[in-house]
Amino acid sequence: MKRISEPWEIKRSLVVKAEEETNPRFGHKPEERPIQEHMRFGIINLDKPAGPSSHEVTAWVKRILSLDRAGHGGTLEA
Amino acid sequence: MKLHSEVPEDKVTKVLDEFQGPLYQRPPVRSSVKRQLRTRTIYYIDFFEMEERNVLFKVGCEAGTYIRKLCYDVGEVLGCGAHMQELRRTRVGPFVEDESLVTLHDLSYLFSQWQETKDEGMLRKFVYPMEKALELMPKIHVRDSTVDALCHGAHLAAPGVLSLDSGIRIGDAVAVFTQKGEAVALSKATVSSASILKMDHGFVAKTQRVLMPRGIYPKMWRSSQ
Repeated sequence: MKRISEPWEIKRSLVVKAEEETNPRFGHKPEERPIQEHMRFGIINLDKPAGPSSHEVTAWVKRILSLDRAGHGGTLEA
Repeated sequence: MKLHSEVPEDKVTKVLDEFQGPLYQRPPVRSSVKRQLRTRTIYYIDFFEMEERNVLFKVGCEAGTYIRKLCYDVGEVLGCGAHMQELRRTRVGPFVEDESLVTLHDLSYLFSQWQETKDEGMLRKFVYPMEKALELMPKIHVRDSTVDALCHGAHLAAPGVLSLDSGIRIGDAVAVFTQKGEAVALSKATVSSASILKMDHGFVAKTQRVLMPRGIYPKMWRSSQ
């Protein structure tokens, strides 16, 4: 049976509608965000151990990194 | 997957192949979603190896596919019965098992190193900007003057658009970005890419979820007061 095209393989191309300069006074490039902000809006690719639930592990990550808020991207088989 | 009796390998691979494509599934008894029949697409099933009753394979599937159910159903078709023995997620959207993967131990170490040395370099290697999660989504880049209105929940209008991915269709989920590449909001396109390019007024995407805090970019719209 032939493989169905996988959505994560879709290649996109950017088209320009108008040009404008961005003002460096506002915001930051994502990779240049001050570390406090970076941690607040950060995402990690965590190798979760089998056993503890995603919910539990999220709470641990929140504590390890002393964050105010933390969440996860979804569970398996729940 | 663990088979309930021994089956020849060619029979197993043949049945696994048949499960590629659209699949009807009713969520299992112990599930957190409403138990009604729904369809999920299996993009591929790659068989790796089997030893006696143990079968190892990799599945590429849509979010919300129950692999436990898939194993059970494969067992039914084989006639011997089967269940899921072990499951590991190897990919979710742009996240794969590569050098970005960290364990809880790694995290704990990275955090304490940052606290001690004040060097944030290592931490930044493993904590990615949230924009990483949106890598696979179609994007629309907007003017600085448009950003704060979106942060307040306004819908995106055509004049605010500077560039966009081609191939966006009506109803597609899109990610709205600043020119610096910061995520502003998740939206639903109300017109196609081709139309957006030609429009000089009117809404092009409905804001569904704001990601950027208000006030980072200046407020440029007039209010009634």
